Amino acid sequence: MMKFRFRRQGTDPQREKIKQELFAFNKTVEHGFPHQPSALAFDPRLQLMAIGTKSGAIKIYGAPGVEFTGLHKDITAVTQIHFLPGQGRLLSLLDDNTIHLWELVVGPPREVGGTKKEGGVCLKQVDSYTLPGRPGIESCSATRVTVLFLLKSCDLLCIGTEGGGVYVVELPRLVLKENQTLLQDQVTQSLPDDYRCGKSLGPVESLQEHPQQPGKILIGYSRGLVVLWDLSARHADQLFLGKQQLESLVWERSGGLFVSSHNDGGYAVWPVTSGNTITHQPVSSTIPYGPFPCKAINKILWRTSQTGSPVLLYSGGMPRASYGDRHCLTIQQDKEHVTLDFTSRVIDFFTIHNLEPDKEFDDPLALVVLLEEELVVIDLQTPGWPTLPTPYLAPLHSSAITCSCHISSVPPKLWERLINAGRAQRTRQQTHMSWPICGGKNLAPPPKQQELLLTGHEDGTVRFWDASGVALTPLYKLGTANCFHTDCDEPHDSSNDHDLQQEDEWPPFRKVGCFDPYSDDPRLGIQKISLCKYSNKLVVAGTAGQVIVLALNDEPSDHSVDVSVVDLLQDREGFTWKGHDRLEPRLKPAPFPPGFQPQVLVQCMPPASVTAVTLHTEWNVIAFGTSHGFGLFDYHRRNTVLARCTLHPNDSLAMEGPLSRVKSLKKSLRQSFRRIRKSRVSGKKRALPTPTSKVHEANAALAEQEEVAPVQRRIEPRSADDSLSGVVRCLCFADTFLRDGTHHGPTLWAGTNSGSVYAYALEVPGVGSGRAFERGGASESSACVEALLGKEIQLMHRAPVVSISVLDGRGKPLPHPYEASQDLAIAPDMTNAHSVLIASEEQLKVFSLPKVSAKTKFKLTAHEGCRVRKVALVLFSSAAQEDYSEHTLVCLTNLGDMHLFTIPGLRPQVRYDCIRKEDISGIASCLFTKNGQGFYLISPSEYERFSLSAKVLTEPLCSVQLDRPLHPTATSDGTSMHPQANGTHRKMAGRAEGQTEEPPCSLSSPIQETPLDSPLSCADLTLDTTGELTVEDVRDFLTTVDEAENNLRNMKEEEGRSTGILIN
Amino acid sequence: SLFHHRTTFFLPLIIDFGMLDFAFEAEYRRFGLKKNGYVGFQEFYQLLQSIHHIHGVDVLLEYADIHGDLLPINNDENFQKAFASANPVLRIIVTIKGLVLTGLRTGGSGSIHSKNKSSLMIGPPQNFRQISSIIDVDILPESHRRVRLHKYGSNKPLGFYIRDGVSIRVTPQGVEKVPGVFISRLVKSGLAESTGLLAVNDEILEVNGIDVAGKSLDQVTDMMVANSHNLIVTVKPANQRNNVVPRGSKNSMGHSGSVGSGGSIGSALSHDSQSPASHSNPITASSSIAEGDSYEEDDDGDVILENDCLPTYRSHPGTNSNSSTLNRDSPHQGQHSSIPQSVSMPNSLAAALSHSSTMMSHHNGGSAHSVGSSQESMKEDGNVITL
Repeated sequence: MMKFRFRRQGTDPQREKIKQELFAFNKTVEHGFPHQPSALAFDPRLQLMAIGTKSGAIKIYGAPGVEFTGLHKDITAVTQIHFLPGQGRLLSLLDDNTIHLWELVVGPPREVGGTKKEGGVCLKQVDSYTLPGRPGIESCSATRVTVLFLLKSCDLLCIGTEGGGVYVVELPRLVLKENQTLLQDQVTQSLPDDYRCGKSLGPVESLQEHPQQPGKILIGYSRGLVVLWDLSARHADQLFLGKQQLESLVWERSGGLFVSSHNDGGYAVWPVTSGNTITHQPVSSTIPYGPFPCKAINKILWRTSQTGSPVLLYSGGMPRASYGDRHCLTIQQDKEHVTLDFTSRVIDFFTIHNLEPDKEFDDPLALVVLLEEELVVIDLQTPGWPTLPTPYLAPLHSSAITCSCHISSVPPKLWERLINAGRAQRTRQQTHMSWPICGGKNLAPPPKQQELLLTGHEDGTVRFWDASGVALTPLYKLGTANCFHTDCDEPHDSSNDHDLQQEDEWPPFRKVGCFDPYSDDPRLGIQKISLCKYSNKLVVAGTAGQVIVLALNDEPSDHSVDVSVVDLLQDREGFTWKGHDRLEPRLKPAPFPPGFQPQVLVQCMPPASVTAVTLHTEWNVIAFGTSHGFGLFDYHRRNTVLARCTLHPNDSLAMEGPLSRVKSLKKSLRQSFRRIRKSRVSGKKRALPTPTSKVHEANAALAEQEEVAPVQRRIEPRSADDSLSGVVRCLCFADTFLRDGTHHGPTLWAGTNSGSVYAYALEVPGVGSGRAFERGGASESSACVEALLGKEIQLMHRAPVVSISVLDGRGKPLPHPYEASQDLAIAPDMTNAHSVLIASEEQLKVFSLPKVSAKTKFKLTAHEGCRVRKVALVLFSSAAQEDYSEHTLVCLTNLGDMHLFTIPGLRPQVRYDCIRKEDISGIASCLFTKNGQGFYLISPSEYERFSLSAKVLTEPLCSVQLDRPLHPTATSDGTSMHPQANGTHRKMAGRAEGQTEEPPCSLSSPIQETPLDSPLSCADLTLDTTGELTVEDVRDFLTTVDEAENNLRNMKEEEGRSTGILIN
Repeated sequence: SLFHHRTTFFLPLIIDFGMLDFAFEAEYRRFGLKKNGYVGFQEFYQLLQSIHHIHGVDVLLEYADIHGDLLPINNDENFQKAFASANPVLRIIVTIKGLVLTGLRTGGSGSIHSKNKSSLMIGPPQNFRQISSIIDVDILPESHRRVRLHKYGSNKPLGFYIRDGVSIRVTPQGVEKVPGVFISRLVKSGLAESTGLLAVNDEILEVNGIDVAGKSLDQVTDMMVANSHNLIVTVKPANQRNNVVPRGSKNSMGHSGSVGSGGSIGSALSHDSQSPASHSNPITASSSIAEGDSYEEDDDGDVILENDCLPTYRSHPGTNSNSSTLNRDSPHQGQHSSIPQSVSMPNSLAAALSHSSTMMSHHNGGSAHSVGSSQESMKEDGNVITL
């Protein structure tokens, strides 16, 4: 009772000030590749590249570390972006036919943790414009914008429309110059009758300004007509009577000719000679991949070069029947011809070339191709046109991310070795070109420490990323597939054959890019990662129960990997594993490149997905858990110390692997598809904008809900025999007091899905007070690690145990292996009583040790109605006081909010909204760093980086040298928008809530807040490429209503399964 | 003058014999029975009388069920139930009829008892376990009802479902529809249905003192599940005709049902309501629930099983029990179930007992021998068993 009052009070001003200095929530930067890119632009003067996305975001990239992000008010696809070169301004065209003007401006200074910070440069929308409809013409498609084109002078914008009109708008004020408008009938008048033949010219497909004569633009119409139009004289200089449906136009540098690309897969070269008003035929017309029908060439570029023939670059044009499904871009120069074969759709591309007017040639330097899933840059100066590795926009999802792990303060030695190992992997690329997009200046101070982000992927690889700064760059890639025999084992040295093959092949394909969503064998998928940065030992565990211990080696090695099989069922009767088989280990010696090389493979049986793994390098042991039990393995002596089955006798689901097909699943799938269909219909209804009061909206939604059978939830306590109750959720090693209060020693803790905690006392030879000398001369080598069950705790509420960590005598988390012994951390307090913090989905609880009795607790679910998904112990440093820091428990719930608690007191500190609660994969992928930052996936390809710390922030801080002052210009309508500093995904109000405040309740919510578990919401979820979510995860959506009711609680628990919890 | 016997059975082994606990003036015996030996209540009753040498004395038999609640044994049916729940220990308390254990139950007169004696043997109200009650009648609006469901000890499911719905509120602006959470279904013969205090379409306003306004169906579900062992829901009943009217000091209605004797429902007066200071203020009312001991009833119900054979560092290796070395030799077997264990009982005896019996049966499996052979495994210190 007293405790409760104390919590409610919570308004001690002194404490509030400290809290402000410690905690602050910010979404700082997005790592990875923007999801669903839809537009690309380049500013050759500022050397900045812009990418627009289908969700209305604009991201600008320059030199590594230079990033600006803007977000349109409406979530509408950005269809085009155009820079106003050198001005730091850009225009965007959205799918809803609106044009927006953006500017780089200096943001307002911010206050973080009591200290003022200079506002960085950020991207801000300053104006928007919609083309007025033509009087008398109702159809809005006539004024639908098809092309935006900026004149080189940057003061005029030409807008081509669906109706064939060309409008001119003054910049930067965005005012229509009505007298300049060119409607189609004006053009048709001057056409010869036989060409006109009464048909419309179609939409404007392309607008290009004459490279030498400003004010003259080429207008290309869909039907094939190209007009050279003099804007000032307002008459057609020349007409080119093309007969093929037009796709794009490009000028040659001199202005003597232009090239058109067409729907039939061909391109044509047209001469531009003054005096000749009507040209009937091009000088040449080619269908490069003919003669059979080809797909359209969507875009063509023609770049002259000093070395001779021009470089021709075009996308598409593939033979329809045989390669119609390929995503290709062709580079051609003389006899050199390469067909770049991408794994995803080409969105747009540009070349970086010489723009100086006094230079005679374009001399293209590089080709930048934006694909749906990655960015590819080709070095056009090096023979063979090799690809250039990108320093940012890394395709994180080249194979779906299945788990992740963060290592802070990486020792320099390990860092260097990783970089070397990574460099060795990239030797085949010979390009020495430096990154060509290098605009802006990164003002962020160099990172104080190196940070590693490890991502586990569905194809069995672990990728190491440099996460120290704003740009997430790849360091090293580790493959685990070579430990096993897989179906797709192919001879390694096929590269020579490959080249031979290519010579015969037409078109001359070259595979480019690394996005490869198709996994060879889903069992290879990585589920858990644990790395010891001091001993350079790594443990990765996968979908088929494989646990691999690896060690870092700078030399290549040829060796065989020891295999140990651990039976976690322990002769438990009545269970037959119906899931996938184990992977077949490779028993013969195999070559392993420099880097992490496997030493031991521990195979769990049954080969269910590994759900928890932990490593203690000082004791040379690993612990691992699956849905059946957990095991302890001494990798030094290659000895299984312990295997413990955690299955409940009634648990039947545990025996179905994620890949098994059960009869009932088919039925439920059918049901769920029906439901999805239904929900799509109702979803559209909801999308209609209703600008009425919130209550009205809620009422409408509720009325709609009443029509459908309501979703029901069963209220029942968790029982012991809930299925999947045996899933091991967390494992933890600790040197603490389990036997008695005076002697500490190694312990292993395991927590399960049904609220059971097992604590084992370990005997590790040479470790533990007193034990070593007692054994005396006993031969150390023969001594084995031993484990004895010390305690079993059954949490009464039976909620899944999310994390276990031991706190020392001062209530601080125990240091990592080697940290204390190598003086890298303050030695733990072993004189006062330790305690263990057990976080279940429903409660946080601290128990005393060695006698396990509850000291403090916080019932999160009972109070807030939310359940714990992720938990981490984080060290927060004060932004104001140099030497002040606090260990804090950070807790992410199923509603996507962060709760911060003191330890060991478990007093709530602040609460932040962070992730949308519908974003299951976002919540499931969230991980925390040791110093108060975190990451979560906002799309299959992007990590959002956030910070809970007022002191530790990794955010873009950059400047750009512009011709104009960097201060915002007065906008035409005076409505200044919020500077959208960061976050292409709509920010939830980054509002901090003290515990004293009541959570907000709004009536607007029921529409958006369709319960996540409700089958109605599954249509909106993008679960496809996040490999982390398995059938089990979405079974909520797949089951019938009745089944859903029954399974609900279990399945909910399942959602949260996965990814590394940073408590070790 | 207070005199009662306490008997512990071990099934199927005879283990230990009595001790006299002077502090409680109680006799304490322990003996074993064949599980299929006694089929009838009368037979068993006579056996007890003979064991305790109390022939001709009318006694009340009560047993501690798996949840630690005292339940009567007075007919064949509940005797069978009691027997079935022995796993492996059945604790029986033998009290002389007419004598009441102070501190255990209050009030109660023999009148009901004697009335029923002629027909079916139904115990007095104090022998029934409370499974639900209406509380805080005096501080809630008449249209609302605060119902407490004690899931504890009942093997019945809570047995209800909730759904989203529309609630009609009268506001200064007129009638407004707002989202609400409602009871959508009651499971037949579930706890919720058998109390008769909750009904389909009742609107749920609070869960254990926390307002559910603005919370999603899933949040409310989670809150209820988290509180399911001692669930207090404030509802606005769909049927407003049976509302409880506050009447002076007797402002709480109780509902009791004996689970052991087949779900017969009686009604009894329950405990007094809480702080009278908190009239008409729902927030204090809710916090009073939250702070009250009732709310903390499930506190620390976690069960901790300790392995007593963990060798302490100072202890001589030779004194370590055999089982630990045995385990060391066979790490691959991993199952350390054969280690004698003691059960530490947290504050709530009820919960501990419930789990200890299940846990012990679970872990010991068929290896009752090891339990039997170890003296220390059955430590029952006085502060734990304080009936």
